[in-house]
Amino acid sequence: MKTGLASKILKGDASAAAKLISEIEDETPGALEEMSRIYPHTGRAYIVGITGSPGAGKSTLTNNLIGLFREKKMTVGVVAIDPTSAFTGGAILGDRVRMQEHSADKGVFIRSLATRGWVGGLAKGALGAVHVMDALGKEIILVETVGSGQIEIDITRAADTTVIVLTPTAGDEIQMMKAGILEAADVFVINKVDKGGADLLRANLELMLSMKPHLPGEWQPDIVLTEAIYGKGTGELAAEILRHREFLVNSDGLEQRQKERVKLELMETVESYLKDFIREIDKGDYLKNLVDALSQGKTNPQSAAREITGRLARDLSRLQSSDRANRKAS
Amino acid sequence: MAPPKNKIKVLLAQFPLEAHSRGIITVAGMLKDAGMEVVLIGNELPERIIEAAIQEDADVVGISTYCGGELALGTDLMKVAEEKGIKDNTAFLLGGIFPPRNIPELEKIGFSGAFLSANKEEIVACIEKAITVKKGAG
Repeated sequence: MKTGLASKILKGDASAAAKLISEIEDETPGALEEMSRIYPHTGRAYIVGITGSPGAGKSTLTNNLIGLFREKKMTVGVVAIDPTSAFTGGAILGDRVRMQEHSADKGVFIRSLATRGWVGGLAKGALGAVHVMDALGKEIILVETVGSGQIEIDITRAADTTVIVLTPTAGDEIQMMKAGILEAADVFVINKVDKGGADLLRANLELMLSMKPHLPGEWQPDIVLTEAIYGKGTGELAAEILRHREFLVNSDGLEQRQKERVKLELMETVESYLKDFIREIDKGDYLKNLVDALSQGKTNPQSAAREITGRLARDLSRLQSSDRANRKAS
Repeated sequence: MAPPKNKIKVLLAQFPLEAHSRGIITVAGMLKDAGMEVVLIGNELPERIIEAAIQEDADVVGISTYCGGELALGTDLMKVAEEKGIKDNTAFLLGGIFPPRNIPELEKIGFSGAFLSANKEEIVACIEKAITVKKGAG
């Protein structure tokens, strides 16, 4: 039943795309093989990251952008991420509710994902979901991150254009300096301008940006003022995103971004393999004995950790040589 | 902790004219506490509920109802689900305030559970059972 998801996706089957995204999230055996089949057909979509603090208006802005890009005859994919509860493993995915007006449009594919223990603002299957939507033929993919603030900026490495959404109540320029968002954004949005204080925030932001050293020919992030709930200023935002795309296309920026993304994905995948592997040491008495020795003061954490990494390295190399033997046999 | 496998994904919706949302929010919280992933989409027509369920690859579609029309709209929902090929592998549940005499008919048209009132354990048990039946059959 499950074979052939990749070929269905390449023919534009949305339901197959939805299934493969679930399989990536669940790490279903066979999902990686399907992914490797669609991989040659990816790399065409333009990826836009939308990040900002919880309640800043990311979903409402994303909803506006879907409509605006559809007017330009572009097909749109959306990956909307919300946090998994660290206590129960459950999640409330409440971004889609702001985007439902597009749910009957065949040119739009929206998928909500829970972070499932990932930090960095993305979700476990987020990059995979982007590839699937790309292979499905979506031309522009909007990735809405978890409501984030200061460290969750993986999206800047995954996206071609990163939009950071601020609100007038978001804090003063010191907040902006420490958050590191000045370096992260390609486009700044100040949403909820009707709340008052937007001019002050813009002035502060402009000041901070002007103090940041920049090289000639480098992209200068613009600041767009919006009132997303009434669709005000969102046309300018869509135009600014496309202007940034043009800038990247006309420089070597697009290729650099793509390399960053591939690297991020590669390292995340290696890390996730290793994490699975590390969990293995908790089976049997091995870890328990080490912990006992530690709590009795017979060893120290550094030596114990070195013992464990030594064992992992031996296990890994044994695994590789048995892999090789298997391949020769088959 | 081992990585979560095959987490249950639930799509919760209300039919278009529903104005009461306390119930759906309460149930969403219960299911989240039970470790499920809950997609909220608000008030929607049957076609759009099913389209969202497909894109989200939901295991369960839950409908909250108070202001009536659950039989007519529920029938429409099942018809679209069948056309789109997800009726057999998706569990449908309904809860809220409606005439108890409609329960047999709701079950007949395809709802695995129709609740007038239920606690978290009952809803979770019904979902788990319905999924086992549906996925086992698929």
